[in-house]
Amino acid sequence: MVQFRLPKNSTMSEGKTFKASPDAKNVKRFRVYRWSPDDGKNPTIDTYEVDLDKCGPMVLDALIKIKNEIDQTLTFRRSCREGICGSCAMNIDGANTLACTKGIDEVKGDVKIYPLPHMPVIKDLVPDLTNFYAQHAFIEPYLQTKSPSPEKEWRQSHEDREKLDGLYECILCACCSTSCPSYWWNGDRYLGPAALLQAYRWLIDSRDEATGERLDALEDPFRLYRCHTIMNCAKTCPKGLNPAKAIAEIKKMMVERQA
Amino acid sequence: MADQRQAVARPLSPHLQIYRFTITMAMSIIHRITGMGLYAGSALLAWWLIAAATGLEAYATFQAAAGHWFGQLVLIGYTWALLHHLFGGIRYLLWDEIVATSPKSADIISWLATLAGILGTVAVWAVVFSMRGVI
Repeated sequence: MVQFRLPKNSTMSEGKTFKASPDAKNVKRFRVYRWSPDDGKNPTIDTYEVDLDKCGPMVLDALIKIKNEIDQTLTFRRSCREGICGSCAMNIDGANTLACTKGIDEVKGDVKIYPLPHMPVIKDLVPDLTNFYAQHAFIEPYLQTKSPSPEKEWRQSHEDREKLDGLYECILCACCSTSCPSYWWNGDRYLGPAALLQAYRWLIDSRDEATGERLDALEDPFRLYRCHTIMNCAKTCPKGLNPAKAIAEIKKMMVERQA
Repeated sequence: MADQRQAVARPLSPHLQIYRFTITMAMSIIHRITGMGLYAGSALLAWWLIAAATGLEAYATFQAAAGHWFGQLVLIGYTWALLHHLFGGIRYLLWDEIVATSPKSADIISWLATLAGILGTVAVWAVVFSMRGVI
């Protein structure tokens, strides 16, 4: 359902400020979304002043520094710190990206950090991705075949393998789906860019033999066709993939099989 | 477990409030608004035709309304809505054919459609006003 304003329990107010030490010369302010399930209060925006001369170059470096040295209660997900696990996906400076690959110097002024948009918040920068993962499971992201299995592996030509480039690299960070206004308003019924990119990845896999069933499962006013090509997904993908294009390809396959 | 999780009233993370606006986002919204505007425009068009079929008096009433400065403003708005929606629609057609889908080209064709809508409106009304001898 389209609801532009935040629910009552989700509106934000100014929180605490943690000043940098007076001798710090290169100070950057980090404005971070905070919410704890334990105190029954609304979310706040806390301000942390970080001395960049004593901090790594990425936004994740700053968050880790804040947690280690300034405020241990700050909660966020992170793991690989090199853009391959997708854990530290969050909204930085007005767009979704990975904190570990976003340079602090890319942000002019204060660095504003929020959890991925329009998601239930578990704590601080950690969103609940249960629905997102369920949607990924729904598209059955694995090889499905009917013909008898070959003695060794299912073989694929180099050309057919190349068709998976730009699709298989998805790390399921959820940046794209949570950047999509259609997903914001209809995330319960629209599968979202991430799941649909993966759906296309299996639709065009030359070894997969469930193409018809896969398309049947997507033939629905919401699951696929809620994509209104707003293009936020392609713009925000930290891996440079293009879910909008993959969705357009699926829509095309739908039309072509009617002919 | 499931019950415990339900017990917490989780806030919804901010969305429109914090997401940086993009031209493609704006185009999507304006496409809908102009689309709705076209319903009203079509009603005006129907009024014009019905008035012409009804007779001199009815047509004179329409003429007076359309000739009023506010009527002119509405007609200019209708022209723009129609052209903007048309060029925006062509943009969607291109995307359906997997043309200009990269983020950069998507932005470029969005700006082009916006520009074409505005220039088209100016052109149409320049012709109208010059035929009337206003400019």
